[in-house]
Amino acid sequence: MTTGTLIGQEVKRVEDQALITGRGQYVDDLRLPGLLHLAIVRSPYGHAKINNVDVSAAANAPGVVSVFTGADLAEQLGSLPAGWVLDEESTGMKTPEHPPLAIEKVRYVGDAVAAVVASSPAAASDAVALVDVDYEPLDAVTDAEQATADGAPQVHDDAPGNLAFDWSVGAGDYEAAAAEADVVVSERIVNQRLIPNPMEARGIMADYNAGTEQLTIWTSTQIPHLVRLLFALVTGHPEHKVRVVAPDVGGGFGCKLYLYAEEVICGIVAKQLERPVKWIEGRTENYIATTHGRDHIADAEICGTSDGIVTGLKVHVYANLGGYLSTFAPAIPTILFGLMLGGCYKFENLSCQVKGVFTNTTPVDAYRGAGRPEATYVVERMMERYAHEIGRDVLGVRRRNFIRPFKRGHDMPIGVTYDSGNYQGALAAALDKFDYQAFRQEQRAARSEGKLLGVGFSTYIEICGMAPSAVAGALGAGAGLWESSTVRVHPTGTVTVFTGTSPHGQGHETTLAQITSSRLGVPMENVEVVHGDTERHQFGTGTFGSRSLAVGGQALMMSLDKVIEKAKVIAAHEMGVDAKQVVFENGMFYVEDIQEREIPWGDVALGAYWAKNLPPGIEPGLEAVSFFDPENFTWPFGTHIAVIEIDEETGETKLARYVAIDDVGNVINPMIVDGMVHGGIAQGVGQALQECAVYSDDGQLLTGSMMDYAVPTAEDFPSFEVGRTVTPTTVNALGAKGAGETGTIAASPAVVNAAVDALKHLGVKHLNMPLSAERMWRTIQDAKEERRARRSAAARRGN
Amino acid sequence: MTTGVTDPFAYHAPATVREASQALSRYRGDAKLLAGGHSLVPMMKLRIASPQAIVDLRNIADLRGISETEDGGLSIGSMTTYQELIESDLVNSKAQAIAEAASEVADTQVRNWGTIGGSLAHADPAGDLPAVAVALGFDIHAASARSQRTISCDRFFRGYLETALRANEILTGVSCAAIGSGSGSAYVKLANKASHYAVVGVAAAISIGSDGVCTAARIGITGSGPHAVRSRRAERILVGKELTSNIIDRAAQRGGAELAGLFNDDVHASAEYREAMTKVYTGRAVTIAAERAAG
Repeated sequence: MTTGTLIGQEVKRVEDQALITGRGQYVDDLRLPGLLHLAIVRSPYGHAKINNVDVSAAANAPGVVSVFTGADLAEQLGSLPAGWVLDEESTGMKTPEHPPLAIEKVRYVGDAVAAVVASSPAAASDAVALVDVDYEPLDAVTDAEQATADGAPQVHDDAPGNLAFDWSVGAGDYEAAAAEADVVVSERIVNQRLIPNPMEARGIMADYNAGTEQLTIWTSTQIPHLVRLLFALVTGHPEHKVRVVAPDVGGGFGCKLYLYAEEVICGIVAKQLERPVKWIEGRTENYIATTHGRDHIADAEICGTSDGIVTGLKVHVYANLGGYLSTFAPAIPTILFGLMLGGCYKFENLSCQVKGVFTNTTPVDAYRGAGRPEATYVVERMMERYAHEIGRDVLGVRRRNFIRPFKRGHDMPIGVTYDSGNYQGALAAALDKFDYQAFRQEQRAARSEGKLLGVGFSTYIEICGMAPSAVAGALGAGAGLWESSTVRVHPTGTVTVFTGTSPHGQGHETTLAQITSSRLGVPMENVEVVHGDTERHQFGTGTFGSRSLAVGGQALMMSLDKVIEKAKVIAAHEMGVDAKQVVFENGMFYVEDIQEREIPWGDVALGAYWAKNLPPGIEPGLEAVSFFDPENFTWPFGTHIAVIEIDEETGETKLARYVAIDDVGNVINPMIVDGMVHGGIAQGVGQALQECAVYSDDGQLLTGSMMDYAVPTAEDFPSFEVGRTVTPTTVNALGAKGAGETGTIAASPAVVNAAVDALKHLGVKHLNMPLSAERMWRTIQDAKEERRARRSAAARRGN
Repeated sequence: MTTGVTDPFAYHAPATVREASQALSRYRGDAKLLAGGHSLVPMMKLRIASPQAIVDLRNIADLRGISETEDGGLSIGSMTTYQELIESDLVNSKAQAIAEAASEVADTQVRNWGTIGGSLAHADPAGDLPAVAVALGFDIHAASARSQRTISCDRFFRGYLETALRANEILTGVSCAAIGSGSGSAYVKLANKASHYAVVGVAAAISIGSDGVCTAARIGITGSGPHAVRSRRAERILVGKELTSNIIDRAAQRGGAELAGLFNDDVHASAEYREAMTKVYTGRAVTIAAERAAG
């Protein structure tokens, strides 16, 4: 770990000045001469056979240049890829065809059927309404459990029972543990479907140079290099003749982590027409055409002793995958879910089975946290459910079951190795901010005044730093998950850093410049961080899974080390000493005890390019490339505490207080980490309290706009009280674990636990999300009704 | 998809009410008036509404402004924005519920554009201002090219997005009596978390005599049913009585009784819940209004 001056400093984000003064360049800001505009004809049906697509009226409409159907482009478009394929033998994995433009059948509302290309967005939009598709509606199914029932409508002929896979993982012997346990508690836990809602919806512009056969695709993505690779694989257009650029990207939260139909369509149409084309997704379109998240139905069972030792957990899940497999969909409810179910606890018996199910809904894939929020929700909910069942305090039970603090690796029964952890420490730090005993008193006092208050905890752990490529590959990944960097020192000593990470709000331009500035002793303003362009940086995996610093940051460290190493050799030669004697500090090369011999960084950089006095065998120039493939994931953890206030009369539920202690290892920029924690909490609380995507039985999205889908806003939250403990990882030299997803992973169980705590005295044991006012009101009404019935029954018995 | 692009339409921005009305007549019902546009434009962008023409009211100076009437009441031009209502001392001193409801509408951007006339004329079943109009007994002024008339709020809201306005009429403004000393008004709502429209919204205007007895009560309800309604059955329980919590509870139990069988039932709230919440919020609105009346 470097001790440079800017590491750990709250440096202001260098990105923001341009973005908040309208100088950003998002896809929709880009213009090319002769630009055409593309609009997509989408299925209004959840499930229907396509009998015919008549484009004649649309093709003759004013401004229309061309209209393409799935049949027109079948050969060029190929089938969208399954980027993560589970072991076929053990899971029965099915990967049905996914044509970018549907040909025989549509499988969800929003499925693309035809593409209209016109001289203006308005002309393209008008002509969409003129494409006459003869649909023959079929019965639809939207619920994952119902989709597996006998006689359910079949989404894909080659996936019988709508089953994409049946995956399981386990450790020990859960059934034996349950048989011996004093207490077994079961609960059906639904993790509802969410819509990611990045500020910028998707957008694509494609341009083809027929002379060079070079195709350039600008796209609002988190993974430009993987888009290029997958585009080449799907379409057959050679990879070295495709350039993918992610310009400024206005958020992603996981939903821009795939090769999408529109990327393939725009690329191929631009090539076909030899004209640049642009497609900009509207918000309404985004709600149905961009992936959703979560949507699990889990039957969970926890067992243990009557005095608070948990001995096992069993979880059976129906994971809704939507109408097709999105690029990484199979990984989310399996690897990123099942391997997390041990939480930060000692129990050794675990049984997990996950059925991945096709339904007539928008495809489901990663959404901030991706699998880990679902797992943490089950684990942390069931821990409190169990504690309530045995009548013990939720914190006492957790403490009894915590894994003891460790610095270098802890093997979990499930087969993974946690890097470092101190779960007791994070809980203690959280309780320093939150006086638990005082709250319990306040809660009792409030209850006597008819006010319902509750506290909930989440002592979470997560898998981040995606990922060791060999492990990921063995588990089904279709791409390596390492990261790379190039450090190019210019003759004047300024530096360009190229990274394969692809930030879309995370502040890499700041964080990576802080690291570079600190290591090389050059001012921040002399460092430029370049990302998001396959032509400028050779390859990278992108930004997701809280990997950018833990993997990409380490790749940068390696290149910086290489550059410094070479610079030292050049400086030593200049000073006439051995390279081993040269110290590099604060931008100065010197030899201990020889004052007059010191050379500044800029002189060495210039010397490297001037090359008039290089040591023998040293090439001119000062540049290094590195690839970092971690040996393990990283495992951030922490304790989040939520206080919930419920209006007993109306069920309106409000977050009254939120304390978060996260341990993400070493931190480069605390302000940026705090910002990410805040955003994550907002989304996690949003899921717990108000977000929910609802489909009608025939596959219409009933919450198809922000008028119906409740994205939280600042007024929904109190000021968050955040803090950190620091347990560095050993997986990378930075000691950084990753900080992008802690909030979404930790928050929803903390909030629901708090709501259950508030209603516990009424006999409430579990609540499904979101905790809408009506759901809470009904729960309170039903609980009171039940209590009245019990009392009158008891009174009758008494008589 | 056709997202974000309207069908073609003609655009007019007349300078007088008369010209605006003539434009409406010319398109025979297929023109829409544009005030703040925050209901109309989204519908046009989704092509749920595709009028042949838009008649923008922005250039008609007569439709703006807040003033005191000769008898000390309040007169508000239809193009007055929510934000102007919120910031008006006159509104806050004479009819607090108007400012209260306006401040509950959507967000700052919408409040800067959206207008009281637009809200009433659009008659969204979950709009905030209609409940206040009913509770404060608004006189709603309408004009066409040839005539002018005043419509009582009790007869203004007719159905889902339906008012007593004729096809060629323009809502020019509203007026109401001041809520003077011994009177108080309030608006409270259970907001839809997504749209911030009222799942249930209740406005109350209460007058209390020097003997502590309620002399007048008006209650307007929005969100619960197909359009804003007055809850006379709840009002009746209040008038002539001292407003103890017991009396207010009894009135609350009658809140929205007029809507039996008509409560909205959708993805945001069931009819059963809306019915229960109409009662709760009736109690809350009356309680606050009564406290203000008592003063």
